[in-house]
Amino acid sequence: MAEMATKPSAPQAAPNASKRDFLTLSATAFAAVGVGAMVWPFIDSMNPARDVLALSSTEVDLTPITAGMAVTVMWRGKPVFVRNRTAEEIAASRAVPLSELKDAATDQSRVRRDPWLVVVGVCTHLGCVPLGQRPTDVRGDYNGWFCPCHGSHYDGAARIRKGPAPQNLPVPDYTFTSPTQIRIG
Amino acid sequence: MAIGLHDSKVKNPLLRWVDQRLPVITMVQKEYGTFPTPRNFNYFWNFGALAMVNLTIMIATGIFLAMHYQANTAMAFDSVERIMRDVNYGWLIRYVHMNGASMFFIVIYTHIFRGLYYGSYKAPRELLWMLGVIIFLLLMATAFLGYVLPWGQMSLWGAVVITNLFSAFPVIGDAIVTLLWGGFSVDNPTLTRFYALHYLMPFMIVGVVFLHVAALHITGSNNPLGVEPKGPQDTIPFHPYYTIKDTVGIVVYLMVFAALVFFAPNYLGHPDNYIPANPMSTPAHIVPEWYFLPYYAILRAVPDKLGGVILMFSSILVWFALPWLDTSKVRSMNFRPVARIFFFLWCISFGVLMYCGAKPAEEPFVLISRIATAYYFAYFLVVLPLLGRFERPMPLPESISRAVLGLKAMGAGPMPGGAVPAKPMEKA
Repeated sequence: MAEMATKPSAPQAAPNASKRDFLTLSATAFAAVGVGAMVWPFIDSMNPARDVLALSSTEVDLTPITAGMAVTVMWRGKPVFVRNRTAEEIAASRAVPLSELKDAATDQSRVRRDPWLVVVGVCTHLGCVPLGQRPTDVRGDYNGWFCPCHGSHYDGAARIRKGPAPQNLPVPDYTFTSPTQIRIG
Repeated sequence: MAIGLHDSKVKNPLLRWVDQRLPVITMVQKEYGTFPTPRNFNYFWNFGALAMVNLTIMIATGIFLAMHYQANTAMAFDSVERIMRDVNYGWLIRYVHMNGASMFFIVIYTHIFRGLYYGSYKAPRELLWMLGVIIFLLLMATAFLGYVLPWGQMSLWGAVVITNLFSAFPVIGDAIVTLLWGGFSVDNPTLTRFYALHYLMPFMIVGVVFLHVAALHITGSNNPLGVEPKGPQDTIPFHPYYTIKDTVGIVVYLMVFAALVFFAPNYLGHPDNYIPANPMSTPAHIVPEWYFLPYYAILRAVPDKLGGVILMFSSILVWFALPWLDTSKVRSMNFRPVARIFFFLWCISFGVLMYCGAKPAEEPFVLISRIATAYYFAYFLVVLPLLGRFERPMPLPESISRAVLGLKAMGAGPMPGGAVPAKPMEKA
């Protein structure tokens, strides 16, 4: 008896192998679920905190923005372009046939209410802020925005026309709270 | 096997390829798989593994807290409240970290108690024990630094009092304190360096823990009988016997931990630390965290500033000399009937000091602290050196297997040390 007990590691043919397999598998599964439940709070703690989420809408007063003028506002730490487009700009943009566009979208689908164009000012290539907001900026080959990082050209409706960017500048979720006021987010 | 390659026994070809070049699998198998371990451990032998788990929990929660904490006197307190209210599961991570410190000391004190009772500090494990004392000192420093970071009233005034301990040293004292502070009071430079050091020291602990474990794997573990294993009949492989025994301990430990975190997260803390630090006003009743209370009581028991500081530091430093102060060759107190009584009295003196440390510095607590302090040191400096000569220990068992298996054969009950009976092994 004592001799047997000195070699406890020697596996013997276990008659109840399936019971043992079941115990091992269920214990492992249980432990895996436990570890997952433990890890989630740590991962989730890196998601936006409540005070960050509370800052996720921005109000913009449109009254001071005259025709042909553009302003940049910050929303969720990113620039949003708000442009009061002139009638010529709108007409030029609507005259472009959809077949010429890389990311086809009508001008009308990108505005809520004329003459306002509101887009997120982050190039869809690798995240730089395109030029074109200030009157002295380069506005690219299509009289819209031009991204200096890798040369993407956007047109008057912020649609991608040339360069490596895959998509148009996205239109954020926004609503007109009054004819002269919008809330982004 | 090619020259320069490790002779790996691993079957999986990919793993073998790695193991031949970097034999980590062989190492883990040797040190944690087949590692011969005395067969008679009781649950006190869980606490080294528990301390390792606790250290891991503290580092994990600490890294995630550091992602949200602001080490600046103007923002620190608010950033901790932001963690509690705004950060997803921030309350959980902070409460685990906060109570994890208390759990760490519960585990470590039990681990030290185990070492003291079963004579784990004796030859050949002196260096192993001393490395443990170093880990304990690093742990205390880390806990103190961490307690300052929330920048509440207790944080600030704890930092003021502890840093001022160094002003007790003659001539250089004030210069040391100014250096610690980086200014003329505990202020922003102090907070930023405390944060840097609080982040650094756990990794120093990891380093010394590695040495502690490496030394352990040379001498092998002590055991409740204090008799060295004499052959394979006295040992069992670490895996699965002690991996599973440690797992049972970890489950119980996590239950206690969770009870503390979810039902009494602030029970061991002090409410004054939820008041933002105010350098113009000291709280009326200032006490350290519970795990520092015995040393705080020793400090206050001495009417002299320098004397109190020296005695307080000595109360831990004396542990370094313990392997040579205890002159008895018998390790386990189970076989030392007289020493056992003195040891339990020492445990009581430690508890009394902890109680007195939380009380105001007035009679009768000062007198009680003095008596307990005197006994605390007398145990190490007088009792243990003399007892080795005068005490007559009970006869030691011939071997572990004889003690563990023999008793059963004689029809006696299980060992008081909770030795593993032979039964589970027959089944394996």
